[in-house]
Amino acid sequence: MAPRTLSEKLALLADAAKYDASCASSGGERRQSRDGSGLGSSGGAGICHAWAPDGRCISLLKILLTNFCIYDCAYCINRASSGVARARFTVDEVVTLTVEFYRRNYIEGLFLSSGILRSPDETMAEMVRVARTLREREHFRGYIHLKTIPDAAPELIAAAGKWADRLSINVELPTETALTRLAPEKSLRTIHGAMAEVKARGEAAKDCTARGTRAPRFAPAGQSTQMIIGADPATDGQILRRSARLYGDFALRRVYYSAFSPIPDAARTLPLIRPPLMREHRLYQADWLMRNYGFAADEITPETAMLDLEIDPKLAWALAHRALFPLDLNRAPRELLLRVPGLGPRSVARILAARRYRSLRYEDLKAIGCVIGKAEPFISLPGWSPRALPDAENLRARFAPPPEQLSLF
Amino acid sequence: MQVVLPRIGTVAAWRAEARRLAAAGVLPETVLWSVGEAAPDLFAASPAPRAASVAFRLPRVAVESIETALMHADPERFARAYVLVLRLARQEAIWGDRSDPALHRLLEQEKAVRRDIHQMHGFVRFREVTPPGANRRAFAAWFEPAHHILEAAAPFFARRFGDMDWLIATPTLTARFEAGELEILETANRATPPVDATEDLWRVYFANIFNPARLMVNAMTSHMPRKTWKNLPEAALIPDLIRTAPERVAAMRAAEAAAPGPKLQRRLRAISAQREGR
Ligand code: SF4
Repeated sequence: MAPRTLSEKLALLADAAKYDASCASSGGERRQSRDGSGLGSSGGAGICHAWAPDGRCISLLKILLTNFCIYDCAYCINRASSGVARARFTVDEVVTLTVEFYRRNYIEGLFLSSGILRSPDETMAEMVRVARTLREREHFRGYIHLKTIPDAAPELIAAAGKWADRLSINVELPTETALTRLAPEKSLRTIHGAMAEVKARGEAAKDCTARGTRAPRFAPAGQSTQMIIGADPATDGQILRRSARLYGDFALRRVYYSAFSPIPDAARTLPLIRPPLMREHRLYQADWLMRNYGFAADEITPETAMLDLEIDPKLAWALAHRALFPLDLNRAPRELLLRVPGLGPRSVARILAARRYRSLRYEDLKAIGCVIGKAEPFISLPGWSPRALPDAENLRARFAPPPEQLSLF
Repeated sequence: MQVVLPRIGTVAAWRAEARRLAAAGVLPETVLWSVGEAAPDLFAASPAPRAASVAFRLPRVAVESIETALMHADPERFARAYVLVLRLARQEAIWGDRSDPALHRLLEQEKAVRRDIHQMHGFVRFREVTPPGANRRAFAAWFEPAHHILEAAAPFFARRFGDMDWLIATPTLTARFEAGELEILETANRATPPVDATEDLWRVYFANIFNPARLMVNAMTSHMPRKTWKNLPEAALIPDLIRTAPERVAAMRAAEAAAPGPKLQRRLRAISAQREGR
């Protein structure tokens, strides 16, 4: 077989990376190259350079170093026993693609992951070599995210953190039982061990010691992880509790959720139906409530339950706590305002700012930027008071989409 | 009275003029603002009714918002901003009060400008134009922003692309970065730069990173409106990607369903065993 061209490899290894949900390039160190000593800048909000027809932002060159893999994770298209076409980049090919794309302002940087070629250590070492070459030879100051292989030696994880902005280690599945069954070569202990390692090194790099010396730079944009949804019977309640623990124990910046794509395979007992994309969406919304709105996992859904697919989790919470509403917009504290459907952190900040000068009226709601139709049943202020809150079922019906629309998912 | 602001440095010139006019007690309805001449000294004074002199100190956030909003394409922006600063100075309006219609409009315009700047940072596409034998690589781009943002958007590119020469031409102004110096000029050359071969690789990437199983065209166009497509090399692929998505999903399913035959399985095992042994 003729060797694959760069373009063919790019097609295969970008295609293989498309299941990774993360494309974030924000946070981390402020760097720039105004003085001509290098290429690139980073820090602050990430930039989307394009949008794909799947509605996702393209911000990084997201590719696999190789999709050859000696492991056999049942949910993965690159597993050893899969019939997928294989390819492998050299270190220099990845470096060149990154730099040339970057110079043309197509991307913010590189998100590199890989199947496991030969051994976890060898593969990880090659990924580190890519990052190091970019930094040392190309003086590249853009964003680098490396997907770390949990079984790799701690020295390699340390080296990865030296060159990368962000590291991620995928927990893959919500429960240990599922991991053992579907990813026989992986273990939860190793995954958590690697996450703890990344957390500890990141913290060390931030603290100065008593003598004023600093531990080496380490992944300033922190770590993230991804969980596959719908390949095992875990409930949304279990998943959210798992995420809450991951945020707490390992100081993760983000947990990404990826709806499982069915891969028919008689040898394993994987479901043949793809979970609705809406489930993934609701999990992201619930995750967002935990991170930005002060919700605890317990408040969002019981451990054994699934999220409501028809209405968002914040609305579901408000409907379950109708006694709290309507809230007086001119008096309610910030924490409670944040619980009103249709009000986000920004509109709440505006309400608080405006309240300092005068009392708010219904006519002001538009300027505040809240979703009026959604908020109305839950608030009161001069010019507006909702009639007695209708019973929960009616209110739910007002927001839930008509049933036939569900076939879209 | 007519005030003509320069095309380059428009916002700073407006600020200086607005201070002068306010100090002289010039009423907003007697000022006609426009942009055009390159020289800022066209202060054609004609006798007009005056009010009391107004000196103003505005909070820094207010100045930043006003200056940003002044890059908006709205031709009335200079006059509106002058009225607003006079009202703020006389405390007839309070900064931060979004229920004031004039302030609300200004903040909305500021938001539109910021979004445009952010979009420009993402959507400029450079093409390589390095002359033979040059010791710095050179790139050029043609871009059409919705507002007058080039001057505000250019320093980002200087911080990011410090080791190369680059030029971004827009229908009115051009930013040029050469040997580390950033300059803003009037646009002389309206030709798009010649095609760059790397764009083919970029299109390969764009076509393959997208997941045909989850088409969300509205989400895409809300962030990347169709009017931006003509200067994006990858955008020409979009209609086809959308059209062939269902076929690709079917092909994906078929490929995934085809488990490798025993021969391939043996070969894979042999390869990995051989590699382990090495
Ligand atoms: S190790 Fe990674 S690439 Fe390999 S089969 Fe498992 S998930 Fe797929």
